Amino acid sequence: MKKIVVLSYGLGNVRSVGNALRAIGAHVEVSHAEHSIMQADGLIIPGVGAFPHGMANLVESGLVDVIRKYIAFGRPVLGICLGMQLLFDKGTEFVPTDGLGLITGSVDIIPVSTEVGRLPHIAWSTICQTEQGRQKMFAGLTDSEMRFYFVHSYAAMGVKPDNISATVTYLGNTIVAAVQSCNVWGTQFHPEKSGPSGLHFLRNFVNNC
Amino acid sequence: MTLAKRIIPCLDVDQGRVVKGVRFVDIRDAGDPVEVAKIYDVQGADELVFLDITASHEDRATMVHVVEQVASQVFIPLTVGGGIREVADIRRMLNAGADKVAINTAAVANPEFVRQAAQRFGSQCIVVAVDAKRVSAPGEPPRWEIFTHGGRRATGLDVIEWVRRMADYGAGEILLTSMDRDGTQDGYDVALLRAVSAAVPVPVIASGGVGTLEHLAAGILDGHADAVLAASIFHFGTYSVGEAKRYLAQRGIDVRLAEATP
Repeated sequence: MKKIVVLSYGLGNVRSVGNALRAIGAHVEVSHAEHSIMQADGLIIPGVGAFPHGMANLVESGLVDVIRKYIAFGRPVLGICLGMQLLFDKGTEFVPTDGLGLITGSVDIIPVSTEVGRLPHIAWSTICQTEQGRQKMFAGLTDSEMRFYFVHSYAAMGVKPDNISATVTYLGNTIVAAVQSCNVWGTQFHPEKSGPSGLHFLRNFVNNC
Repeated sequence: MTLAKRIIPCLDVDQGRVVKGVRFVDIRDAGDPVEVAKIYDVQGADELVFLDITASHEDRATMVHVVEQVASQVFIPLTVGGGIREVADIRRMLNAGADKVAINTAAVANPEFVRQAAQRFGSQCIVVAVDAKRVSAPGEPPRWEIFTHGGRRATGLDVIEWVRRMADYGAGEILLTSMDRDGTQDGYDVALLRAVSAAVPVPVIASGGVGTLEHLAAGILDGHADAVLAASIFHFGTYSVGEAKRYLAQRGIDVRLAEATP
């Protein structure tokens, strides 16, 4: 049984992520302890909330270096929603804030005019996978199963095409839905809240650990 | 591509038990929130709303347990409303596995609470629930007022001004119930829905009055709702969530159709 650590850093729905992982048979530990993280087969950075708050919590609890070290050992990491956004260089929510800088890009508000659409983007949206996404992340999912639950107002911009595993279209904007850079994965959607498709995706992550 | 519209069954929970008669033939215990949630999940519900109607404050801890149980077995978004009065209530529900909380009376009593909640937890998990009643005379331009306490207490607040203010304070969604239509099965108050949808830049969930599948379509197509909430038509087994979705898809509305939706 794979041991997956769900990072607790004071933000995010750690319980829901843990519930979903247990449902697919993973051994789950919710922790922010370095020794526990370093022994994990995989690390998940969840997150619901604002970018500066999330980053401040990671910095204050000394987790930035732990995450870097974990990744440097070639271990798999999955960032979910805010957890994915923190993987990028910077965010502009409320105040410009440096991110973990693990993947090139900036997290900015989705440019939607209020006359045509609404924010947050709250929906089960169909995503479009790239060739890279097809290989591992979304392996085994049919086209009609590619719907995931999104709830966000900010999105990653300026991401290199090589790092994009899936996109989603929201009111004319093509938004990054999933990213990958070697052993680091990220999803803007919430797999833990996306029903059977979400559990399938999490199984793919755990199998890759 | 248009945005998929959400279908949301709503469950009333009293002291940990589902009330208002859920009548499924294929369910062992229709009062068990977990059993009911699982059925709706299999049918393809996009989200579930649990309203805690427990009268006494002491029994509220039961709701936390219900949320924990449901969240450990059902992997779709969960919203909890009823008795959310302070930041500690929100934290408790989110920690238990809820994704959003619906705030109603407490927002009217203290609008700043909504601002605090949104700043603390993010707009995405703060739903402001609004009970609206038409107060204009027939023939006059329509006007609606906010009511509390199950529609018994008038507040003097104009609905359109109120929802604008709530969105401005950081509400991520508006759950809009028509008190005139609630329980009637006559359909949503489409004029109210359209007025609120036009007034706020956040998603609007339609509630109150659904009796047929056509009513769901009207809420989306004519009322411009982003999501439709219903209780009785699903609980009484008149229609399954899957049937509702297939109907909406035939009407040209984008919905998430599960592979083998019953």
